[in-house]
Amino acid sequence: MNIAISSTSEKPIYQQLFEQISAQILKGELETGYCLPPIRQAAQELRISVITVKKAWEDLERRGLIHTITGKGCFVADLSPDQRLQIRNEMILKQMAGDASYYKSFGLTIEEAIELLKKVYPNE
Amino acid sequence: MLALDVRNLNKKYEKFQLKDVSLQLEKGYIMGFIGANGAGKTTTIKSILNMVHIDGGEVYVLGKNMADHELELKQGIGYALGGIDFYTRSKVKTLTGVIKKFYAHWDDAAYSDYLRRFKLDENKKIAELSIGMKVKYSLALALSHGAKLLILDEPTSGLDPVARDDLLEIFQQLVSDGEISILFSTHITSDLEKCADFITFIENGQIVRSAEKEEFKESYLLLNGTASQLNEVKERLISYKTNSFGFTGLIHAGDYDPSSGIQTATPNLEEIMIYFAKKEDLHV
Repeated sequence: MNIAISSTSEKPIYQQLFEQISAQILKGELETGYCLPPIRQAAQELRISVITVKKAWEDLERRGLIHTITGKGCFVADLSPDQRLQIRNEMILKQMAGDASYYKSFGLTIEEAIELLKKVYPNE
Repeated sequence: MLALDVRNLNKKYEKFQLKDVSLQLEKGYIMGFIGANGAGKTTTIKSILNMVHIDGGEVYVLGKNMADHELELKQGIGYALGGIDFYTRSKVKTLTGVIKKFYAHWDDAAYSDYLRRFKLDENKKIAELSIGMKVKYSLALALSHGAKLLILDEPTSGLDPVARDDLLEIFQQLVSDGEISILFSTHITSDLEKCADFITFIENGQIVRSAEKEEFKESYLLLNGTASQLNEVKERLISYKTNSFGFTGLIHAGDYDPSSGIQTATPNLEEIMIYFAKKEDLHV
């Protein structure tokens, strides 16, 4: 599991954690049954507060991406391709909604926005 | 289980008073205690430790009443108060020899272990220790008598950034097994942004809010708007600053009307403290 936390980002740290882990789960980099590190261990290693990690883990669970087995730990849930797609699209749309209203505030049409997006979209 | 439960502390001085100070710290977590100079942080800490006589209120440590079980409970509390110094001319070794006699559960092996970990030289005189070293020495003493609750008054003030970071890392290691809890006061809020689980904010002897850190920050909003927007929200702002482009101000999240269209952001701890301090100026 890869995590890079930015303490200067506008985004709360628990959200950064949530987003980075979600992406890795949805892309299949973290496989079904993968065991996430214990909360207190992750907090100590990442040098963030225990509650921050707890919050991120809770958000992942609420989203159905992981499940907790009491006394054993948190594991990546078994997701069907449809579920992955649905969760991914919901998350992306939420982000896009904010971006879209920003474009609109400059008077961009959707076509113009797409043209500009193509210019900055990273190619592998 | 609560490591520390403070209920309605009251202490009246001629020109200052603590009013109904309450805070709860769950076992295994770090709480940052913030407030401007003179807000009552040290008085609260001294009241918790029964070092000043309180006029009212109760303190429970790990479920037991402090007033009834002070000696027993203090075996399990480690504290370091700024300004109260050790006798400076003796060696660390000599002073430890005196202090350890007060503690029934003193553990020599643990003590040597912490000295090594904190790179403390037992043969140095107290006067020769840097501020950071003294804090670490206090911690070593506290941890060697098996303290489960650490109460630290401004442990990071006077430390350089590297020493502060070092100390904060130690705090996080200490709470990682879920047994030790830490309450520390500071006015260096950046120390808390990462490592604290809970924040308690005191102002003028009263607790403004005591909550989980993100919840604490998210209960306020920083507004950024034009002069005409200021007139709409002025009454509801905690305080504000104006400039020729408009204003920035702090508001309780619940008092903000999203239909006003004013730009908002979540404040950091420092901004919350600054706008609260400004509120004082407005009313004086």
